Amino acid sequence: MSSASATVSERTAVPSAFRPPPSLPQIVKLARYQLREFLRTRRFVAMIGIVLAVGLILTAVTAHYRGGLVADPIAFYGTAWAAAVGYLIVLTAILFGGDAIAGEFQNKTGYFLMGLPVRRSTVYLGKYLAVYAAAATALLAYLALVVANGAYYFGVHAVPWQLGISVLLALLYLAAVVGVTFVFSSLFKTSAYGFVLTAVLLLFGFSLLQDYVSILVHGEPWMILTYAAGTVGSVFGGTVNWGWSGSWVLMHGEIEKNVVVKIYTVAGVAEGVAIMLGYVALTAAAGLWLFGREEFS
Amino acid sequence: MLTDTIHPTEGECFLNGVSTRRDRTTALAGAGVLIESPEIHPSLTPREALQMVADLRGVPGAEWRARIDTTLEEVRMSDWADQEVGRFSKGMKQRIHIAAALLHDPTVVLLDEPSSGLDPRGMAEVRSILRDLRRAHRLIFMSGHILSEVTDVCDEVALLDRGRLLFCDTLPNVIARFTPTQRAVDVTLARPLAGEALAGSIGRLPVVIAVRPRDARRLRRTSDGGIDDEERLLRALVGLDIGMAGFAAPESALEEVYLSQISRGE
Repeated sequence: MSSASATVSERTAVPSAFRPPPSLPQIVKLARYQLREFLRTRRFVAMIGIVLAVGLILTAVTAHYRGGLVADPIAFYGTAWAAAVGYLIVLTAILFGGDAIAGEFQNKTGYFLMGLPVRRSTVYLGKYLAVYAAAATALLAYLALVVANGAYYFGVHAVPWQLGISVLLALLYLAAVVGVTFVFSSLFKTSAYGFVLTAVLLLFGFSLLQDYVSILVHGEPWMILTYAAGTVGSVFGGTVNWGWSGSWVLMHGEIEKNVVVKIYTVAGVAEGVAIMLGYVALTAAAGLWLFGREEFS
Repeated sequence: MLTDTIHPTEGECFLNGVSTRRDRTTALAGAGVLIESPEIHPSLTPREALQMVADLRGVPGAEWRARIDTTLEEVRMSDWADQEVGRFSKGMKQRIHIAAALLHDPTVVLLDEPSSGLDPRGMAEVRSILRDLRRAHRLIFMSGHILSEVTDVCDEVALLDRGRLLFCDTLPNVIARFTPTQRAVDVTLARPLAGEALAGSIGRLPVVIAVRPRDARRLRRTSDGGIDDEERLLRALVGLDIGMAGFAAPESALEEVYLSQISRGE
């Protein structure tokens, strides 16, 4: 404290020489530093290792069995990309986002950020962008491996347009999954809860709910994220459903004797995009609200 | 609450006239903050961590290098500027946090228990830096439970007991106001004595207003007598045959005031 004799209340505050940047540039700056941190972590190396392993298995299986897999480009990309990418999205989102917010409390790194002139929403969105970028990097690495394989069998120019649509849908699905992960991460101050709940919900919970809604309620499971995520693979189908309602099959007596049940299998593309955008918006609102209320105590 | 990390049940906190709840960005723009013992992401170096702070605080890029070097010098961390933080001791990390709080030349430095959780060496390092900051006429607003540290750093003190403000004044005023009539003495016993026995035997002695066990063999006795009463009290304590082995004033005068005020509140 100053050795001057004036009391604290008598001293006049001098305006700071520096003005913090507006929120948007701060979000980008924070995301950049957070991403740099991610890229140096073992978990990023592990994630790239997993992606490479999956890619190598794909390469080996394709080379060994060939058959229908390399019959035509659409079948190849539909299998090699779409079949694996859903799991990779969940895995990358959990790995980077599971403790993104909870870790700030658990590891006390949040106390460092909270001393800076940044809004809580800036911290949340900056970390969201960083997690998204890290997870997308891993996905794009997998995409590169798939395309390299495809180019080997069919040539560079045989990449179907469906792959482009599928990649865009996958990136949108990733945004929604990271959003869900952040909500759970904001709900708890312990990282493990965020990891486990997100994994259970995205790998099993949503699928079960989707079946229950179809079978028990006989309705379209438009509120289920994984239902929308089916569009990532469905665009490779013979007849693509671009519409606002899902595709379905009729099951005759398989679920209940003499009863025909309409089972929705996958959302229409427009519907899927709307569902995923809805999840992005809702999870952002919920996560920001939760993080804003949480106390660093 | 000044940094909006916990929320008040009622009321508002203002920094430089700006509500921290309504506009924490503007409120904290002129403040340097250290909340307990935070962590920095372990793969960052001190220079990178301070670059991030400078970037988010709006310090122009052209000034970064000079400011970071000066601030690291101020907290004696220049030699470790480019090593990863993950390998540092708590004391070293705390010094970087102090550097982060000073980087933009704040109008006020907010320190929340700055030596909390540090080992003795770390505590000594942090206190030494705080003394330097005081000499450099930095305005520091500090909360702490280690009263010797408060005495070391602060010119003015405010005492809170369970959220209630007991007093706020300059340190010399506080000590002058409370110590002449209330005197604390640490008593050490050769053998353990039960708390009831202490209250019964010592508490009944003249001018004694409080007896607080510190552990099985040590207690702090507060009295409202003057220095003359101390001799009589010492004799009386020896006469109780409770194994008197030590009789000394506490190290911190502020601690003496604190305990006397808390005991009054009870």
